[in-house]
Amino acid sequence: MTTTPATVTGAVAGTGELITGSESLVRSLEKAGVEVIFGIPGGAILPAYDPLFDSSIRHILVRHEQGAGHAAEGYAVATGKVGVCMATSGPGATNLVTPLADAMMDSVPVVAITGQVAGRSIGTDAFQEADIRGITMPITKHSFLITDAADIPEAIAEAFHLARTGRPGPVLVDITKDALQAKTTFSWPTSIDLPGYHPVTRPHAKQIREAARLVAAARRPVLYVGGGVVKARAAEELAELVELTGIPVVTTLMARGVFPDSHRLNLGMPGMHGTVAAVGALQRSDLLISLGARFDDRVTGELSSFAPNARVIHADIDPAEISKNRTADCPIVGDVKEVLTSLVAQLGETELPDLTSWQQQLLDMEARYPTGYDEPDDGTLSPQQVIRRIGELTGPENAYWAAGVGQHQMWAAHFLPHERPGRWLNSGGAGTMGYCVPAAMGAQVGQPDAVVWGIDGDGCFQMTNQELVTCALEGIPVKIAVINNQSLGMVRQWQTLFYGGRYSNTDLKTHLVPDFVKLAEAMGCVGLRASTAEEVDTVINQALAITDRPVVVEFIVHKDAMVWPMVPAGTSNDAIQYARDMAPQWDEEEL
Amino acid sequence: MSTHTLSVLVADRPGVLARVSALFSRRGFNIDSLAVGPTEQEDISRITLVVDAEEHTVEQLTKQLNKLVEVIKIVELEPDAVRQELMLIKVATDAATRSDVLEVIQLFKAKAVDATNEAIVVMATGSPEKLQAMLTMLEPFGVRELVQSGLVALGRGPRSITDRSTRADRQRVRVV
Repeated sequence: MTTTPATVTGAVAGTGELITGSESLVRSLEKAGVEVIFGIPGGAILPAYDPLFDSSIRHILVRHEQGAGHAAEGYAVATGKVGVCMATSGPGATNLVTPLADAMMDSVPVVAITGQVAGRSIGTDAFQEADIRGITMPITKHSFLITDAADIPEAIAEAFHLARTGRPGPVLVDITKDALQAKTTFSWPTSIDLPGYHPVTRPHAKQIREAARLVAAARRPVLYVGGGVVKARAAEELAELVELTGIPVVTTLMARGVFPDSHRLNLGMPGMHGTVAAVGALQRSDLLISLGARFDDRVTGELSSFAPNARVIHADIDPAEISKNRTADCPIVGDVKEVLTSLVAQLGETELPDLTSWQQQLLDMEARYPTGYDEPDDGTLSPQQVIRRIGELTGPENAYWAAGVGQHQMWAAHFLPHERPGRWLNSGGAGTMGYCVPAAMGAQVGQPDAVVWGIDGDGCFQMTNQELVTCALEGIPVKIAVINNQSLGMVRQWQTLFYGGRYSNTDLKTHLVPDFVKLAEAMGCVGLRASTAEEVDTVINQALAITDRPVVVEFIVHKDAMVWPMVPAGTSNDAIQYARDMAPQWDEEEL
Repeated sequence: MSTHTLSVLVADRPGVLARVSALFSRRGFNIDSLAVGPTEQEDISRITLVVDAEEHTVEQLTKQLNKLVEVIKIVELEPDAVRQELMLIKVATDAATRSDVLEVIQLFKAKAVDATNEAIVVMATGSPEKLQAMLTMLEPFGVRELVQSGLVALGRGPRSITDRSTRADRQRVRVV
């Protein structure tokens, strides 16, 4: 794109050529660098689809707008670019609500374009009218309603800028049908004016010095690493900090892979289903160095007893996250990549403590309480083992992993080889069942040469599997493992533990219907099934060999497998159990 | 808990007030008073918020408000700021009570802006404390109707909160 000197304010001089608002929209999207849009046309957005037909932008016709939204998220996470989805007014737009809320919770850069009824009809309860800007106010970073064709380029430029800068997030641009049809001239802005939007990226030097002082004084420090480090593309800087200081690392659900699991100082995932070592490290720490994490309740457990003896360095690009849940002793507002660079430089000139005994204590804890599982004794498959084998046979080099929400998600977080940043896609904050298939689709579109595995549950899969039709027709060869335990497994686990085994409405009867293999075939995919241990490797290898079509592999697994470790909801992290009624012997672990 | 008065400068665009009030309900903040109106700059509106909350809550509220793209600047006013509300009260009167009511009005430097045989409409401006005191004195006569504006406030002295906000901070961002 040509850059124009800053003296030209406002816009590149337009050619004066009269075009439609729709053409202006498509040109704007091209100028914004959009390569792919996931969407479905309909009445109000129809004008935009005409110029889109001739555009260089690839439009992928999904089967449900929720699929478009999650695919845009998957594309964004897998590429680091802004994901784009498009829908018509009313129900088309409201079907985007779930993915937009999901993207908001997990800070995923997405731009949603929706058609709106004509400006003169707004407020009349017109056919397919919904106030989508109003509806999405609390679940987007920002939202626009455009009623004048002349405003389209600036709104698109602003939407992309907002989505990808600062703390990334979803932005919605709702455009009335008459604005799409009106004649206008096109001029792409060279600069945008958002007087209320100035994300701070450079950390304050004083805070960095204070952080270094706290690190130098700490004896039991832990790096509490969140999804912000993935978004900031700061994996290398993080690795430098660990090499320099020897501080043990925990990576949250959103940060899996940003620091290699194979590194001896990576203790795994903290939180409700975290490893004993990761949870134990946080609880015993005297200094938490929180990087792009937000002290989510699923990480902290009961807040008042979370890491009770730790001072807190909290670095985040969003000032509102700092001291929201846990008061920070050393707040640092900034892009975590710049924070890490500055901190590494500062610590390079600082005398650092010897952490050998702290490391050893945690490594012992990790060795004593590994995250394991029991093999079922009735010949059925262990879901954990299935997921582990998918990881082992695929390898981390060229793989992207998407997960749904529930037990299989936690097992995927624990047992897949998380070695590289940006390879793990899941719905962390919102916990959106149905995320997996469309997110995997989006990731595969963004990374066509990669192996993209979706690890899904039989419940989740039935929410959004229709996008496999899209995958089959568009040549998107995702591989979806359906971990079929015939139930809403995580809810069933809670019923087992906390409701006396009363399984109210969690039995999906998926051993009866649907037949997932036939369903896969009906959607133009290859359908495979494994129900014995011997078949597991065979079907995984078969799936890996297929690169021209989507594949669905059903694994019939044990119904009563549970996710361990577990901190019961609302209790202290100290109440962690590594298996049912099995709590670690903390006393021996004390310093 | 203590009372905080926040002045919030926002871009004058449709939907801004909805965003601000939705944020309050979504995050569970309670507002005592909210007033919005134009400023000396035509594209900027000023919202005056009064909240009764802990320090920590006010800090969180300010940070969350600052995340709204259309919020340009937030300033917490000093306790000595000029704080004014407007109140209109329809007080029942008859020949026997009218002069007593007028005496109260005079005492508070309020005005009678409408009068009939049965009622007087009183207009008063002032601090919330003053208006409350006046209301207490008028209540025995019978308050038929009451309407009150949100509080508006300005810091004392020559400086303006808009001085530095809009011009200096207003750098255009290059589109990449």
